[in-house]
Amino acid sequence: MAGKEKRLRINARWCKGCGICVAFCPRQVLSLVKDKVRIQSPEKCIRCGMCEMRCPDYAIWLEDIDETEENYG
Amino acid sequence: MPSTLIEKYIRESHLPHIWCAGCGNGTIMRDVIQAIDNLGLDKKDVVIVSGIGCSARAAGYMNFNSIHTTHGRAIAFATGIKMAKPHMKVIVLTGDGDAAAIGGNHLIHAARRNIDLTVVVFNNSIYGMTGGQFSPTTPTGEFATTAPYGSIDPNFDIPELARAAGATYTARGTTYHVPQTIKLIENAIAHDGFSIVECVTTCPTYYGRKNKKGDAVKMLEYQRDNSVSVAKAKTMTAEELKGKIVFGELYVDNEKPEYTKEYEKIIEIAGGRSDE
Ligand SMILES: Cc1ncc(C[n+]2csc(CCOP(=O)(O)OP(=O)(O)O)c2C)c(N)n1
Ligand code: SF4
Ligand code: SF4
Ligand code: SF4
Repeated sequence: MAGKEKRLRINARWCKGCGICVAFCPRQVLSLVKDKVRIQSPEKCIRCGMCEMRCPDYAIWLEDIDETEENYG
Repeated sequence: MPSTLIEKYIRESHLPHIWCAGCGNGTIMRDVIQAIDNLGLDKKDVVIVSGIGCSARAAGYMNFNSIHTTHGRAIAFATGIKMAKPHMKVIVLTGDGDAAAIGGNHLIHAARRNIDLTVVVFNNSIYGMTGGQFSPTTPTGEFATTAPYGSIDPNFDIPELARAAGATYTARGTTYHVPQTIKLIENAIAHDGFSIVECVTTCPTYYGRKNKKGDAVKMLEYQRDNSVSVAKAKTMTAEELKGKIVFGELYVDNEKPEYTKEYEKIIEIAGGRSDE
């Protein structure tokens, strides 16, 4: 939704370390550590959603922060 | 908890899926659920039908009325479902071998009838599940376990094959062109008649390795650098188009009668349904 803050989420259990998100992130936010994705430089993330769009394993995505608080608060 | 889209349409307890690291099948499966979501369809009105193959496993992950059938026969099962429940959106998920080799006959006859099915072909140019044998879409000269010196078979252009047989909506997407492919699948589902979207996908494990195409990232970069849109292709010569993937809407015919609607007329002429 417009104006909502988003944040990156990862499910390491689903990540297969293919490196697609790392290669196609336009801001070099991500890296692979021991064949799992890691948010290396969160401050550089522009929340463009490219990683979510390209991950074939649904292991990385953007989540509304409001929603997160509702669910985990 | 995964993204809302995955939570809504995927049987989460079945994840991670069985596909190899970097396999494009997961991307196409998400394109399909995104297209269904964009159309605002009620899950109860959607049927997902698949045959056998790596790609066909998608039916098991998708939280709809879904049926995982036998190799090559998905379109035949789907035809039966559509005839029994014409109001439902019947979507077939199939591999290039499933659709164009063992299932080729079902494909052309469903296209000929112009029955309202949506067929999404996961075209990785190889038989993934059984270890990398060449398929009817393996380009001539490329390698496979059954073509150690390069395939001498000419390859099918699946959308063109379907169009020639009578399909009224044909398109091609790729795993690189995600938003465009989602839109094509959406249009195909909305189309009233036989529609087919070939999705060019990556099998890094067999096709990639056999043909030294590099890893999943390299294979996606290859798609990016060797694809041209239908509009751009129109301005190019046959020579320039060699080896290029032409993506977009290839053929649309909104005039040809749809099969289940024609069959309804026959039911009427014959005196209606006895059970209603
Ligand atoms: C009747 C029958 N013949 C052969 C097989 C073996 N078989 C399983 S999957 C497959 C080919 C799959 O290739 P494709 O449809 O391209 O799907 P992919 O695995 O590449 O996604 C074959 C030949 C089978 N399961 N059933
Ligand atoms: S949202 Fe965009 S910038 Fe942020 S990690 Fe993903 S791809 Fe990179
Ligand atoms: S694209 Fe997905 S599976 Fe591949 S490395 Fe990134 S998070 Fe992991
Ligand atoms: S063998 Fe190929 S098509 Fe099958 S899951 Fe692995 S990468 Fe995907």
